[in-house]
Amino acid sequence: MFPLSISRVEISVKSKKLLGPINLVINEKGITVVLGANGSGKTTLLEALHGLRKLSRGKLEWSVPNSQAAQQQSFVFQSPIMLRRSVIENLIYPLIVRRISKSIAVEEAKLWAQKIGLENKMSQQAPLLSGGEMQAVAVARALITKPKMLFLDEPTASLDGLAKKTIEEILIIAAKGGTKIIMSTHDLGQAKRLANDIIYLHKGILESHGPKEDFLNSPPSDAARQFLAGDIVI
Amino acid sequence: MNEILQGLVQAFWLVISLDTELIAISLRSLYVTLTALLISTLVAFPLAALIVVTRFRFRRVVIAILNALMGLPPVVVGLLVYIIFSRSGPLGVLGLLYTTSAMIIAQTVIITPLIASVAHQSMRELWADYRDLLISINTSKPQRIGTLMWDSKRALITACLAGFGRGIGEVGAIMIVGGNIDNATRVLTTAISLETSRGDFSLALALGFVLISLALSVSFATHWFGKTERGGLW
Ligand SMILES: Nc1ncnc2c1ncn2[C@@H]1O[C@H](COP(=O)(O)OP(=O)(O)OP(=O)(O)O)[C@@H](O)[C@H]1O
Ligand SMILES: [Mg+2]
Repeated sequence: MFPLSISRVEISVKSKKLLGPINLVINEKGITVVLGANGSGKTTLLEALHGLRKLSRGKLEWSVPNSQAAQQQSFVFQSPIMLRRSVIENLIYPLIVRRISKSIAVEEAKLWAQKIGLENKMSQQAPLLSGGEMQAVAVARALITKPKMLFLDEPTASLDGLAKKTIEEILIIAAKGGTKIIMSTHDLGQAKRLANDIIYLHKGILESHGPKEDFLNSPPSDAARQFLAGDIVI
Repeated sequence: MNEILQGLVQAFWLVISLDTELIAISLRSLYVTLTALLISTLVAFPLAALIVVTRFRFRRVVIAILNALMGLPPVVVGLLVYIIFSRSGPLGVLGLLYTTSAMIIAQTVIITPLIASVAHQSMRELWADYRDLLISINTSKPQRIGTLMWDSKRALITACLAGFGRGIGEVGAIMIVGGNIDNATRVLTTAISLETSRGDFSLALALGFVLISLALSVSFATHWFGKTERGGLW
């Protein structure tokens, strides 16, 4: 289904441009990290790539039909969305939707519950989990379908150090297993640890896209330099 | 005063001795209202869910009509059903007038908008929560409808209780289309109305006891469901 090519994509709401124009090619390998200040358009970009946002302009093309590409993607939202069901029922949900038998789905879900350390909370109602636990369930639920493309919008924002490490390890394993990952983060350390390439957004404009080292060693703009230095970018 | 006291005592006795007429009338009431409720549920819930997950042109109009229908006076519903099924009416050949079937039809018309409206309200809130996730997981429309109905099952049960309460205590419509015929279409409410006008308070009060206990169980059940729902135990 790769490459994903994005040409001149713009997103506007009520004639106010939020994003773009974006030109971008996404290949099937590795982890792409999206960086940018609050409100720079990270969420909007990820949602647009996933097909959740109506494009005001431009084109977004997979090398396979959209319906096929949609089956192979998962998305972890910035604030996790839990079904009002138990943890295990949340985990099996995408498999059930794909008509996988319940017993196989449950076996798979138990493995994932273990990986995220929630094997003791499988029958707890998911909306009653802590924020960090919900985030972990959302990541597991996204990966349980073995997607070719995984989007994560600040997946570790509310996690403590250990939980963050667990999720990062899961993501590294998924990427090695052939899942393309695009994730946004405010955590520069995480970007350094995980990224193969970095997309930098500033006020809805894609300022640069390239290998991690290039971005870190020679930031493409003053704004990016300040961003890296931890300054406030306006 | 004495008459009423005597009536009370006799009524009590009728209930305790499981008077056959009392039981027949009570069972007929339950049959009519429960059947109407079942049909209403099968129509109203999927319809409400469909309206929630589908964007179509006259969506707002349909919702407005639904809410308006909820306010239809039962007597008017009875009148309309009567006209439709009267001998010279469009469906007169079916010969349903003065049968429990006509009563079921009238009650279905009365209950459906009510429970559809309650169901719509709660599923719309749930959809606001779930929308992005269910689209992201690439669910089909029937799967979305199924998920919404399943995860709002408590609200739907509450809607059923409200529908039952409305149907079981309703007198205007079933009086018109059923005719309150002894051993055929006489139900709790129509019998109470008749016995009261006849001055036979004992049977009227006994029937009243049954009706009140049904209504009270419904409101207790509703209260209980509402409480557990707020407790977060989905
Ligand atoms: N539906 C919308 N209507 C109007 N403005 C919107 C809408 N969605 C997003 N925006 C605006 O678009 C800009 C980009 O938002 P976005 O959520 O993509 O930022 P972000 O980079 O993800 O920020 P954060 O780091 O805070 O998550 C913001 O200024 C936001 O207010
Ligand atoms: Mg965001």
